[in-house]
Amino acid sequence: MVSVYSVPSSIPSPAIHADERLHEADHPTSLVARFGADQPLPLDCGINLSPFQIAYQTYGELNADRSNAILICHALTLDQHVANVHPLTGKPGWWEIMVGPGRPFDTNSYFIICANVIGGCMGSTGPASTNPATGKVWGLDFPIITIPDMVRAQAMLLDRLGIETLLCVTGGSMGGMQTLQWTAAYPNRVFSALAVACSTRHSAQNIAFHELGRQAVMADPDWHHGRYADEGTHPHRGLAVARMAGHITYLSDAALHRKFGRRMQDRELPTFSFDADFQVESYLRYQGSSFVERFDANSYLYLTRAMDYFDIAADHDGVLARAFRGIKTRFCVVSFTSDWLFPTSESRALVHALNASSARVSFAEIETDRGHDAFLLDVPEFFDIARAFLQSAGTARGL
Amino acid sequence: MPLGDAGAETGRHYRGDHLLVAGMVDPGSKVLDVGCGDGDLLQLLESRGIDGRGIELSREGVNHCVAKGLAVVQGDADTDLINYPDDAFDYVILSQTLQATRQPRVVLENLLRIGRRAIVSFPNFGFWRMRLQLLIGGHMPRTDNLPATWYDTPNIHFCTIKDFVQLCDEINVKMERAVALDLYGRPLRLSAPWWFWNMFGEQGVFLLSRAGKAR
Repeated sequence: MVSVYSVPSSIPSPAIHADERLHEADHPTSLVARFGADQPLPLDCGINLSPFQIAYQTYGELNADRSNAILICHALTLDQHVANVHPLTGKPGWWEIMVGPGRPFDTNSYFIICANVIGGCMGSTGPASTNPATGKVWGLDFPIITIPDMVRAQAMLLDRLGIETLLCVTGGSMGGMQTLQWTAAYPNRVFSALAVACSTRHSAQNIAFHELGRQAVMADPDWHHGRYADEGTHPHRGLAVARMAGHITYLSDAALHRKFGRRMQDRELPTFSFDADFQVESYLRYQGSSFVERFDANSYLYLTRAMDYFDIAADHDGVLARAFRGIKTRFCVVSFTSDWLFPTSESRALVHALNASSARVSFAEIETDRGHDAFLLDVPEFFDIARAFLQSAGTARGL
Repeated sequence: MPLGDAGAETGRHYRGDHLLVAGMVDPGSKVLDVGCGDGDLLQLLESRGIDGRGIELSREGVNHCVAKGLAVVQGDADTDLINYPDDAFDYVILSQTLQATRQPRVVLENLLRIGRRAIVSFPNFGFWRMRLQLLIGGHMPRTDNLPATWYDTPNIHFCTIKDFVQLCDEINVKMERAVALDLYGRPLRLSAPWWFWNMFGEQGVFLLSRAGKAR
């Protein structure tokens, strides 16, 4: 059998030149909102980030009374290129299946915004950006950021765009965390929230996987304590290993078995070596090597850290329901049966807290063997739910 | 409008017992439908401007409801009602579900903790056809509305209208309104005595509230 995942047996050097990636961090192929010294971003760590910029994409048209805006929050390793060709990889947008004319997020009806998160590497200020104070890449001098910091920055972007209330905020995984943070921090600006495959806090197991990824990056000699840009290197081996470990957590045992089983890669017999004999090994190496072409290693450290620190209840005396007290936002929570990174039990705990706050909430668990990544894939039941939830929110808002 | 007939409302047909239940709910109320199935009753309530929420055990049921734009969560009447605060709703509805709960009494108490009123409907096991099947046929009754065999039925706590009234008395629940529906979903005569309802009512529908100062 010919596999689409045929790759060299060791992790290759990136095909996209590091200069292209670094250029994108400062001069993105996106719309950019720049915030000067008069508009610093107050971070949870106590530092005021200034100046800073946010790179974002929009789809569809904002209506006259500015009531049809939807904010999509992206996940850890994704970016603002939701429904357009990616400027570095040339691949389609990561949610084209969901966003476009006639799609659940119908660009004929809604104005859709997606911003690269603060700390990211696709044009919003982050560790791969140039520090204006030194003229060099920020690297580890960049302050630690949190999910609430990302959301605060997005709120400043919306102020800039003149949008007071969002018809919907949505996202999966880290995007779901931002969605929930939006409702907790700015309940009056969020008419509805579609939180997918996420949680109100990062679990110990998830923190452990992130630590594994970070240690892999930092163990790569090319990391140079985060100053690899100055050295003209990129810890692509360490970052690829981090991606491989992460990618396993986005799938499921059943999905891996269905896709690969114990099948061999382009060979009949084992080579009695450490080559990628198995298709699953070849696939993971491909995932690792393609990821490092478009992602900055330090950014991976910062964003995983932001997820680890996330715990909405901790910010409300340990009682989750207090975060949503009296909230008018309409919620839809979606989980997937085979997602073991953000299992249904986490979504259920969120739903209980929302019920205790008498919030209007829908909660659907969707049966699939595709694991955490199901929110990015072709799952028609999820599309139906997203479409109907948005339509009912639009009707309630008088669209 | 005859309550028993499947009526047309906003261009679609609703079940007779749903129309009866919806008729017991004051406009503008906040309602929780426990065991809301495919969401037909919730849709009827929302079409009347009532703020409706639902709990449903089956994943398919929940996903159908959410895909209709209804606010429904996956959950179990036996285990999940405790997560709702006191007085969260004006009405809590338990439609044709009581007999499938593990602890009907606890569920009933929870309904009236969460809601100021509860509306409960259930199949009457004292219905003459049930009695006849057991008496003459010598086997567990099966009807069009309850077609499951004894070994695969989800209904583990059948009761008669008389049993239910007795339970309400025991746990100090006030019956504000009671209606028995015949086989065709038509209400029996109001003036009929309890024994008549218990014999000829195919299902009972009760509007309940907390009695006096018991709480």
